[in-house]
Amino acid sequence: MNINLTLILQSIAMMIFVWFCMKFIWPPLTTALEQRRKKIAEGLAASDRAEQALEQANQQAEVLIREARDQATEIIDQAGVRGNQIVEEAKDDAVRERQRQVHAAEADIQQATSQAREKLRAEVVSLSVIGAEKVLGKEIDAGTHAQMIDELVAGT
Amino acid sequence: MSGEAQTASDYIQHHLQNLTYGRHPDGHWGFAHGADEAAAMGFWAVHVDTMLWSLLLGIAFFFMFRRVAKQATTETPSGFQNAIESVVEWVDSNVKDVFRSTNKYIAPLALTLFVWILFMNLMDLIPVDWIPWAVGAAGVDYQKVVPTTDVNATMGMAIAVFCMIIYYSFKIKGIKGFMAELTMNPINPKEMGMPKYLWPPLMVFNFLLEVVGLLAKPVSLGLRLFGNLYAGELIFILIALVFAAGSGYVAEGLQALFGGHVPAWFFIAVALSVAVTLSLNLKNKLSTKRTLLLLYAQLLLAGGLAFAGGQLLHFGWAVFHILVIILQAFIFMMLTVVYLSMAHEHH
Repeated sequence: MNINLTLILQSIAMMIFVWFCMKFIWPPLTTALEQRRKKIAEGLAASDRAEQALEQANQQAEVLIREARDQATEIIDQAGVRGNQIVEEAKDDAVRERQRQVHAAEADIQQATSQAREKLRAEVVSLSVIGAEKVLGKEIDAGTHAQMIDELVAGT
Repeated sequence: MSGEAQTASDYIQHHLQNLTYGRHPDGHWGFAHGADEAAAMGFWAVHVDTMLWSLLLGIAFFFMFRRVAKQATTETPSGFQNAIESVVEWVDSNVKDVFRSTNKYIAPLALTLFVWILFMNLMDLIPVDWIPWAVGAAGVDYQKVVPTTDVNATMGMAIAVFCMIIYYSFKIKGIKGFMAELTMNPINPKEMGMPKYLWPPLMVFNFLLEVVGLLAKPVSLGLRLFGNLYAGELIFILIALVFAAGSGYVAEGLQALFGGHVPAWFFIAVALSVAVTLSLNLKNKLSTKRTLLLLYAQLLLAGGLAFAGGQLLHFGWAVFHILVIILQAFIFMMLTVVYLSMAHEHH
């Protein structure tokens, strides 16, 4: 319990230990802790950012899906319209073809009719001539009376 | 070290005597043999045990923390590193709460003081007889292993803190500012509008008051730590004494029961009954409460009354003392920071 030199030696020891701590222990530890704190904060911020990015991506994806769906319906609609158009066109073509064929047939018929008529007329003329010859007993010069007989036939 | 020839007071005195190396009154240097010789050395003596243990513990602190400081990375810390880092952060946050100015040396100072004093205080938990007995066997007379129960150690640290208080007071406030703080408080003649001729006596009065207050800081710092730890150590020694006396008493009781010699089968039977009790408890055939009661009864029977009593007392006081140990280290650290914070403040 005596106060002696220990007092001063202990003071010196304390100062040296404090100096050790200031020089070799405190700075590396606190810098490491500070850096780790920063790193953790950065990590947390990064995860926040990633979450936001994910949400944005989800929203974007939704928009894209909606657009795609709209486009698909549009395409389907267009296809329907186009199909209808093709059907209509085919119908029109068919109608036109039919009309064309009908016209052609009519023309044929007319031609045939007029040919038949010509033939008939010629036959009627010759028959008339023959008949007249029989009636008149005399040969009728077909060449001389042809005009008259034609007029006759045409008049009937 | 409680031999038959030793009385209780000898035992206590022996435990409270430092191993002292110093200059004997006749001029030659050497170890003191006994308290009288140590006292005769006066100031020119060193408590070798105090210095040795405090240096060892300081070096332990240094290497422990230095190892972690070297390894410290930004990676996930593990185990030991975590513990050290949490101590560092705890000290740092405490210092930041109390110390308002900026001085990067205060926090490491606080860390050193806290951990070092904590280590020195923890030596108090080593059973009081172990180390003195061991070094006694090696031929060294005295050994006091708790440096903080030596007033020289605690006052030495307090004086170093006091020097820092004075240094920072002059550095931050300047000679004029520091002197003004010492002489114009607590009664400020300037603010009270007193006539000039009253100033000098008031300033002398203030100066006396403030110097007493200033000197009280290191004294209270050092003596608080010393007093708490010394009292704790003394109680451990007293418990050890009671234990030693008690065991003798019970041994006599057993001898009265069995005659001059306690037969070996008695202890074997007790050991067997203890083993049976414990195994029954482990097989869940006996409740823990009953097991404890039975065990205590068996230990009493085995003549362990004083042993158990002494150990229980010792254990109880040690648990309580852990609080004192940590609290006193914390108080020393915080008061140092507070005093230095006051030295940094302008008025």
